[in-house]
Amino acid sequence: MRITQGCFSFLPDLTDDQILTQVQYCLDNGWAVNLEFTDDPHLRNTYWEMWGLPMFELNDAKGVLMELDNCRKIYGDRYIRLSAFDSSRGWESVRISFIVNRPKNEEGFRLDRSEGPGRTQRYATRAYATDKPEGKRYA
Amino acid sequence: MSEVGEAGPASPAKINLAEEFAQSGVGPVLQQLDDELIGLAPVKQRIREIAALLLVDRVRSKFGLSSQAPTLHMSFTGNPGTGKTTVAMRMAEILHRLGYVRRGHLVAVTRDDLVGQYIGHTAPKTKEVLKKAMGGVLFIDEAYYLYRQENERDYGQESIEILLQVMENHRDDLVVILAGYADKMDRFFHSNPGFRSRVAHHIDFPDYDDADLLAIGEKMLSALNYRLNPEARQALAEYIALRRRQPLFANARSIRNALDRARLRQANRLFAAGDRELDLDRLTAIEAEDIRQSRVFLEESVPSPRMRGEG
Repeated sequence: MRITQGCFSFLPDLTDDQILTQVQYCLDNGWAVNLEFTDDPHLRNTYWEMWGLPMFELNDAKGVLMELDNCRKIYGDRYIRLSAFDSSRGWESVRISFIVNRPKNEEGFRLDRSEGPGRTQRYATRAYATDKPEGKRYA
Repeated sequence: MSEVGEAGPASPAKINLAEEFAQSGVGPVLQQLDDELIGLAPVKQRIREIAALLLVDRVRSKFGLSSQAPTLHMSFTGNPGTGKTTVAMRMAEILHRLGYVRRGHLVAVTRDDLVGQYIGHTAPKTKEVLKKAMGGVLFIDEAYYLYRQENERDYGQESIEILLQVMENHRDDLVVILAGYADKMDRFFHSNPGFRSRVAHHIDFPDYDDADLLAIGEKMLSALNYRLNPEARQALAEYIALRRRQPLFANARSIRNALDRARLRQANRLFAAGDRELDLDRLTAIEAEDIRQSRVFLEESVPSPRMRGEG
């Protein structure tokens, strides 16, 4: 099941050239670009691992692409997302965020049902991937 | 150029080189280089040559003639104060106009910005700088300090390796300019053959002669809305001749420092005069006495054992 979160996620995956254009747009606006990765695809998982620090004071998108390539070399089997932060209001707020890398097989989610008190039903979604320990999920 | 017309079906039959030159907008930058920088004839010549090569390369690619992206990494060697940084900034602009770097900004760094203090600190630091320089020109001042021969565990080596890798793999993304004094740079290239082979253009900045320095001094002053009296100009010419013989002479930089101090003395002189009314003329004029009070003139009459160099 294809994860759809962030911008562009209903479009086909962006090519590197398209990513470059998006990043350049971010940099031209003075936003800081950051890379994060994870192998826990659950939508409630907001805390992704950071790939280094956010990149401040860049002029050209190629610098970001260089980092993305380095990140893909090591974590190419995981989700990588790129976010851009706007600090013009005095705090860093996300302006754009999109997935730039995803695992080959996205296995999707299982729906767990459990009985609560009375006849209540509780639901939970669990990614099949997270049955395996961290780091071995998409190997 | 016009004989190359049959190269490809989509290629134009003829390209006017002069028109192409005008279109690129390099002309004004080169002109500005000529107007604003005094002396440096060999440097300007080399820059014109490089610009011509890049322009012809661009025209060739319009005809479909394949040409590899040229290696543009350069090394600027010359004594202190000969205009290496200034020219590097112009270079960034020229390369940008010609479309060889995308942004045309200049990131000037020294060893401190590239080399870390402890293990694992250098690589992120160097990469950080490289990321900032992407699409522009990375200017490494006093590049030879990156390599410390006497200490083989020096982190500079790590930085050099990353630099070399990026210089090779991202040739169309950034241009690296190494700058420094000639003799030390020679030694640096000698012990780092990797750098030597990746740097295509070695440009040597000659020292200025006295007339050049005088002209530079006047240019600096007029940029600050000052002017030299005829006597003051004579004093400055004498100052330059004397200053050159003293240690730590740094060409245009020494002149700038001398003029800064002359401005200080001028302000003091005007202030000491106190009650007199000032007009535009007196405010902008540097008098001979402002320059002649310099220690350089004193040391000429009474040779001091210290020879501080700056005065």
